[in-house]
Amino acid sequence: MNTLAIPHERLSRTGAGAGIAAPDLPEGERKPLTKKETAADHPTWCPGCGDFSVLAFYYRLIEKRRIPHEKITTVAGIGCSSRFPYFVQAHGAHYIHGRALSFASGISLSRPDLHVFVFGGDGDAFSIGGNHFTHTARRNIKLTYVVMDNWIYGLTKAQTSPTTPIGHKSKTDVWGSGDRPVNPMKQAISAGATFVARTAATNPNHILAMMEAAMDHDGFSFIECLSECIEFYPGSFDASIPRKGGVFKTVPPEHDVTDEFAAYKLADEPFPGSFGIFYQQKVPTKNANEAKIIADHRAKVGDLADWQILQKSFDRMK
Amino acid sequence: MSDLGLATAPSDPGPPVSGIPEAVIRIAGNSQDGIQAIGGFLARLAGRSEQEVMTFMTIPSTISGGPSLFQVRIGSGEVLSAGDESDVLLCFYQHSYEGNAAALKEGGIVLYDSDHVHPKPEWEMRYRHVGVPISSLTVEAIGGTGRDRGKNLYALGLIAKMFHLDVKKLTRLIEERFAGKDGSVVTNALACFTSGYGHEVQNLLESFAFFPGEKGGRGQVVMSGNEALAYGIIAAGVRFGAGYPITPWSDIMELLRRELPKYGGTFVQTEDEIAAVSMAIGASYAGRVAVTGSSGPGISLKTEALGWASMAEMPLLIIDVQRGGPSTGLPTNVEQSDLNVACFGGHGDSPRVVLAPASVEDCFYTAIEAVNIARKFSTPVILLTDQGIATRIEAFEAPDLAKVCQDIAPDFTAVTEHKPYDLAAVDGITRHLAPGTRVANGKYPVVTGLEHDELGHPSGSPTMHVVMTAKRRAKYRKLASELPTPVIYGPPEGEILLVGWGSVLGPLREAVKQARAAGDAVSAVHVKHLHPLPDGLGEVLGGFLHIFVVELNDEGFYGYGQLAAILRARFCDPRIRGINKTDGLTWKVREILDRARALTLVPTAGNGASLNPLS
Repeated sequence: MNTLAIPHERLSRTGAGAGIAAPDLPEGERKPLTKKETAADHPTWCPGCGDFSVLAFYYRLIEKRRIPHEKITTVAGIGCSSRFPYFVQAHGAHYIHGRALSFASGISLSRPDLHVFVFGGDGDAFSIGGNHFTHTARRNIKLTYVVMDNWIYGLTKAQTSPTTPIGHKSKTDVWGSGDRPVNPMKQAISAGATFVARTAATNPNHILAMMEAAMDHDGFSFIECLSECIEFYPGSFDASIPRKGGVFKTVPPEHDVTDEFAAYKLADEPFPGSFGIFYQQKVPTKNANEAKIIADHRAKVGDLADWQILQKSFDRMK
Repeated sequence: MSDLGLATAPSDPGPPVSGIPEAVIRIAGNSQDGIQAIGGFLARLAGRSEQEVMTFMTIPSTISGGPSLFQVRIGSGEVLSAGDESDVLLCFYQHSYEGNAAALKEGGIVLYDSDHVHPKPEWEMRYRHVGVPISSLTVEAIGGTGRDRGKNLYALGLIAKMFHLDVKKLTRLIEERFAGKDGSVVTNALACFTSGYGHEVQNLLESFAFFPGEKGGRGQVVMSGNEALAYGIIAAGVRFGAGYPITPWSDIMELLRRELPKYGGTFVQTEDEIAAVSMAIGASYAGRVAVTGSSGPGISLKTEALGWASMAEMPLLIIDVQRGGPSTGLPTNVEQSDLNVACFGGHGDSPRVVLAPASVEDCFYTAIEAVNIARKFSTPVILLTDQGIATRIEAFEAPDLAKVCQDIAPDFTAVTEHKPYDLAAVDGITRHLAPGTRVANGKYPVVTGLEHDELGHPSGSPTMHVVMTAKRRAKYRKLASELPTPVIYGPPEGEILLVGWGSVLGPLREAVKQARAAGDAVSAVHVKHLHPLPDGLGEVLGGFLHIFVVELNDEGFYGYGQLAAILRARFCDPRIRGINKTDGLTWKVREILDRARALTLVPTAGNGASLNPLS
């Protein structure tokens, strides 16, 4: 038999608090986390950025829903809005551009005890990450994806984004953008997302309501949140802001969220359109499907130890 | 069989039986004739008979059809390679005959399907020809349906007769193989095999019997390198993987997809290579080392994510089943040309670990070791196997699974405080907390691709980048000091040291045996841990006049293959030179020795200024 140069070992936890186990915190002694406890680094966003409001209501969601501190898992890709995990005092990951959903899927599928929140922007979601958006939606992986759509690239300073409207002058389309923009709602519905909602950073209570509904949804929940880039696309969403003379119209109460065609019709309305849940469908999640496959296999295997299961395979190869 | 000359005239009651220590049988046909199945049966039989076995195969990269071959070497002693020359060539078509006869040793046996093959008169002097109308006899055996499906089993029957193979064991193997299928499938298969075995071969002058094998103990298992690797990943405790299909990596993901649910795990086929590596990294972050893998272009696609894992210091296992490159290259041929991308692929200083198994058995154990390194050093580990090992079948001693299988479940015990990138850590190595782990002081860690401070929060400080880069580097130096000194095959001093990595080990060891038998002072060393190199490697290189690095890759701009270039950079030693080839086939022992001898006549170029004129 071969000997392993690096054998298996129980790993110690290094560092100052090394190996010091913390006392249990019984459920009864837990208090809802305050903003002070969930806020981490001071946000680096420009003053007036719409993303502040999304962050504030994520804190509020954690507090209101009494999410245990260690269970908060915040993931993001690259972009202004993707700095999000640094501003939340919780487990979190700042992954590579466009691939946050794939990273979060790995967490979601291996950890049924966590509800992962993924935050990002329109470039992350619909340009570089377009493929993953489609496939994460169709797999119906249990997680919540909030896209802070500002119609522009902010971090790299004012280049055209996949949601930039035709005619908008950006640094990469100085004479005005010519490519038809992505319609995030339609994209999500056609990809098979099972929860599709639209909100705006300027309507805090609405954000919270959408995030709560998304979190309660068993499947891939997608929220497009209009979030103005005050620096590179000011005034973009004025038509949806009542105090600037716009209209914030919520989805009519008679709208049937399980009606895919009705959802497309809402998505097809000219800007500013409607806000609320456009589409919601109960479809088995990949998490549930995989859990069932595992349960079926485990039932057949019985109470054998892992090595005994492997031994059975090896016996067939003799 | 090497000592067997042309046999004497046949005598009743049957051809004389010669005892042999080993034989190389090459089977040539088209890709859909089931020739891999014949080879597989032979290999498995050898395994059950405590013999050593090694196979070699080529398959066309076309979607259907095309010439295909399978070579199996069975021996009662140690079998280190699939053999330079064959003793028997079984060929189904004229093209298989003409294309493979050159691989037969003089006086070897051509067993051909006389329905399709017309022997060449000039070769009839050189080889012994045995013709059997395999196709028509197969059709006859299964009741004249007009189809010759099953001729591979008919031929297996002929080989069984020729080599006095254990018919009982073979029958069981056939039954096992087709178990669960329609009963008529087994009946037909056995009918073909039995007819072949019962066929009176008119001009078979001699038959052979292997000396009995001498192994014992736990018995042997027979499998391909890809299978051994996949089972090794399971034994290591990995329970999540993600991948995208690409040859020859796909076998591994298919097996993991099928098997992992039994262990409570899962494998996801993703939309692309980037999603696969990202999902695996996400699962690793969630607490348990996960696996992804690929071949050829797929590895290039994963490099950005790999850089993130280097920066965030996230444990991860990446399998690279190398094939001929660059680009789509030679998808079904062997090459060792991914060493550079494995060690250095990606932007920035992105250190990682690279190791390469030497054999099918080693695939199993190396997968476990790779996982242990990934965990202990909190790093991505690339396991470089190749198409040669991936598809070949070997028999090896069954592992003691009760001892080998390990549990790597995450530790969710709450801690008082935690800094993953703690600069004061005793062993200097990063330790991550899986999400779900409570940190009592309320300061939670973040993982990121940005340069960061000890808690993982971004830092643009130049000093921090210097300190953290050094921290990331130091753990690989520590690993290098813990790795064992590579074993020398042959005496530690001599004229020539052959250095190899990955699947080159078998041919290298055989080269040492042959060279030593001929009186040449040749030794060999196999480098399994390629990045970082073990600290002990330097002293191994010391005792030789010439150091030749034998690799299946190109000699490059400056005359050195990929490992040779790394070794020259590491040891600044002008004795190090390369023996390279890129023909998509594994090394023949003769090729290595001829090239090494020729190279000893060329003076070493101290500054690397002159290219190697002989390679």
